[in-house]
Amino acid sequence: MTDLTLGSNILTVDDGAPALKVRGYWATVAHRLRYDYVTLFFALVIVLIVLAAICAPLLAPFDPLKTSMVYRLKPIGFRNFLLGTDELGRDMLSRLIYGGRMSLLMGLVPVVTATVLGGMLGVIAGFLGGRVNMLIMRTVDIFYAFPSVLLAVAISGTMGGGMANGLIALTLVFIPPLCRVAETATTQVRNLDFVEAARASGAPTASIVLHHVLGNVLAPVFIYASSLISVAILLAAGLSFLGLGVEPPTPDWGLMLSTLRQAIYVQPYVCALPGLAIFITSLSFNLVSDGLRQAMDVRI
Amino acid sequence: MDSPPRPKLDAVPPGDPRDRGGKIQPMLIVNGLRKHFPIRGGLLNRKIGSVRAVDDVSFVVLKGETLGIVGESGCGKSTLARLLMHLIPRDAGELIFDGDGVGEQRGISLRELRRNMQMVFQDSYSSLNPRLPVEDSIAYGPKVHGKSRKEAKEIARDLLTKVGLRPELFGSRYPHELSGGQKQRVNVARALALSPRMLILDEAVSALDKSIEAQVLNLLRHLKRHFNLTYVFISHDLNVVQYISDRVLVMYLGQVVEIGPVAEIYERAKHPYTRALLASRLSMDPDERIDDPPLTGDPPNPINPPSGCRFRTRCPFAEDVCAAKTPLLGEWVERTTHLAACHMEDARSGHSRAVRASAPGARTHMVAAE
Repeated sequence: MTDLTLGSNILTVDDGAPALKVRGYWATVAHRLRYDYVTLFFALVIVLIVLAAICAPLLAPFDPLKTSMVYRLKPIGFRNFLLGTDELGRDMLSRLIYGGRMSLLMGLVPVVTATVLGGMLGVIAGFLGGRVNMLIMRTVDIFYAFPSVLLAVAISGTMGGGMANGLIALTLVFIPPLCRVAETATTQVRNLDFVEAARASGAPTASIVLHHVLGNVLAPVFIYASSLISVAILLAAGLSFLGLGVEPPTPDWGLMLSTLRQAIYVQPYVCALPGLAIFITSLSFNLVSDGLRQAMDVRI
Repeated sequence: MDSPPRPKLDAVPPGDPRDRGGKIQPMLIVNGLRKHFPIRGGLLNRKIGSVRAVDDVSFVVLKGETLGIVGESGCGKSTLARLLMHLIPRDAGELIFDGDGVGEQRGISLRELRRNMQMVFQDSYSSLNPRLPVEDSIAYGPKVHGKSRKEAKEIARDLLTKVGLRPELFGSRYPHELSGGQKQRVNVARALALSPRMLILDEAVSALDKSIEAQVLNLLRHLKRHFNLTYVFISHDLNVVQYISDRVLVMYLGQVVEIGPVAEIYERAKHPYTRALLASRLSMDPDERIDDPPLTGDPPNPINPPSGCRFRTRCPFAEDVCAAKTPLLGEWVERTTHLAACHMEDARSGHSRAVRASAPGARTHMVAAE
């Protein structure tokens, strides 16, 4: 006979361990981030940029729109102009601080909107599968086939310039990749036994998606979205540079770069400042996103 | 070291208030269940064939028994389990749960069936949501069925105790913080959360270490008595099935080839396939070493199964009649009925080895590997 009666008295599992300190998923992520100094540093940089943008009226020494024929293209540190002046004699520091508002807006709003819309589409496509998946994903693929810069330029070129159209164009550019990431993650989760078990308990589809699918899809989508912020900032700058985004005289880093480029031989350092701002911001977002990805990549 | 308090697992008194059909009414009657998975391909995604995963399967699960289902990988055991749970739609056949037709007008609704019938999945890794503490995984079902958050939590903690996990120690853990055996205990607890009357255990202990397997099996036996449960126990492990089952059903290529009480099947198997399966078990005695495998080759393709008896391509006793006619299982009568779908069991089949006498109880004693 087989010896399966072994351990018939064993009923309670007690691995002798003291009550384990259990961290939830987000607590684990936070714990990991605490010791990632690079990510923390660049997160601080982002916080400073955001704060500067919010408190722009308090921080800016001059009116960013006030022109002056006398003080045109002054170098860095000229009198009260800490960072010099632009081709119309406007204070560069003030314009850079105000320009951050626009850049952050153009970086964050399209990504957040696209995450919500693309994520929703992706989860629907992934969870329902079949024809719905086919319809959504093939439509998305059409957009995906174009390079993002070209698509953004094409859309905002068709709809005309202006900030609102720029936002819409960037959102449309980001929906396809986010939709794809969400769809892939959802398809993976959908076929796991715990979703089957939830169905077996008689739960309605909406509840299953909410309780069992979203939690597992959120992390990859979130990580990917965070990496798109810097892309969005760059694209927005590019659009403004081409005259398709923000219209002058609104201070915007991309637009400033564009208008200052004629003066590049007169004041090279001043001309490089908006580019530097774009660089630092997008680098910070990139590195923080990278740190987040590592921290959130908890193998569970 | 002080021993933890033993959970109380007394059998509930007989006379379950949920019983509708009476003692003799089987818990579940499965009649002509069929599932063919279409194979699509070619131009325009047309149907070019089908996998006959479950083909005309009929059986009965009695109240309070454990019905073991055995068979090779790919014989349709898991598909059968998912069909019973209505996780995939069936192509044909009917299910009668305690006298009520499932999904019929005056029968039992799917939602109600699911409250009464639950499933324990095989893979303890993917069967728990990695983002939920196990307590919440267990409490999810009751919450769906209208229990408040607090009540559901109470149920979950109580069940954790009953499956042998201290809730204060394990309740808030995540699945990756549990061992395979502990995870499977949680799976069992989740299946019990809706206080079902019947559990389908799909390879529930197959992935566990032998010692853990024994613990979980014993736990399952205790729980069965305590909650007055009926089990359908699916496994490829013949020893485990013998240990836990009252009756055994043998499947081959999507069909039932033999069904009967466990002792009958293991000692007096009628179907050559069952005998070969049993002979393929390894013996503990080195003198009884198996040199020639009693079964060779893989099961035939379920897309295009052999005509007549599906086992004939691997059967040592196959004759012309086996290719011409499909052997029938026969009529199931009661608990002790032992049936095999083989021409050798039918005196009128024309098989040269068919049982001669019409006397009931005549058995053929043949060794599969002669």
